[in-house]
Amino acid sequence: MRLSFYGLIWRLLPGPKWLKAIEALALIAAIVWALFTFVFPVIADYMPFNDVTIDE
Amino acid sequence: MTLGAFLLLFVGWQLWWTDVVADADAEEVVTAMEVVWDDPDSPEAQALIKDKKIPQEAWGLVRIPRFGLKYAKPLYEGTDRATLRRGVGHYTGTVMPGEIGNFSMAGHRTTYGKPFNKIHTLKKGDYVIIETQESYFVYQITEHEIVLPSENAVIAPVPDEKGVEPTEAMMTMTSCHPEFSSRQRYVQHGVFVTELPRIKGGNPDLNPYLEVAE
Repeated sequence: MRLSFYGLIWRLLPGPKWLKAIEALALIAAIVWALFTFVFPVIADYMPFNDVTIDE
Repeated sequence: MTLGAFLLLFVGWQLWWTDVVADADAEEVVTAMEVVWDDPDSPEAQALIKDKKIPQEAWGLVRIPRFGLKYAKPLYEGTDRATLRRGVGHYTGTVMPGEIGNFSMAGHRTTYGKPFNKIHTLKKGDYVIIETQESYFVYQITEHEIVLPSENAVIAPVPDEKGVEPTEAMMTMTSCHPEFSSRQRYVQHGVFVTELPRIKGGNPDLNPYLEVAE
């Protein structure tokens, strides 16, 4: 059977179903936190709509 | 689906989370400045100074009655990206408040606390107040214009007249335009009205400038 990326993660998470669900949520939270803290601020520097200054 | 979620998260972060973070940061800096300026020797102020709650580059507060009497944003020296994420930035190279020339500042119109979100609602005659430890510098809006990012004459010592020797104390604010774009710049110009001493608890002479015309 072909497993999707998310299916694979689900299978790799240890414990019974209810524990897997909690682990999945924690994983999502960690990823969102990393994106908010490290990834998005860097991307934002390349976004055009953040410029407010006049070229000096 | 992964890409969709990523993009949605980014938009959410940019439009909402940057405001949450920047607003909390700005409020903390503004409060710290007020406490320290009111009485630098108080234990409270000493604790704030010790904890470096006022960033070194922050030297003023921007108050704009049209944006509400509670509106107060920290004013920093410099206009680089990191600075503008925390508040309003003073174009280094333009004069300080009250001086002959063109005191110029930049602020975000959207995201990062959006200090100049309502720059387009300022009307001729509105007051813009720059508060420092010693003084309130009052400016009055004279006109606005929408220019290209390259048109740096707007922050020239005499606005829009490059190379001319200034004789008046002027002020300029720049932000992006249209909102959520950086194709152009929304610019407000003003003229210096008066400097009043900053007094703990407020200077009553400032009151007329806190009023907003209809």
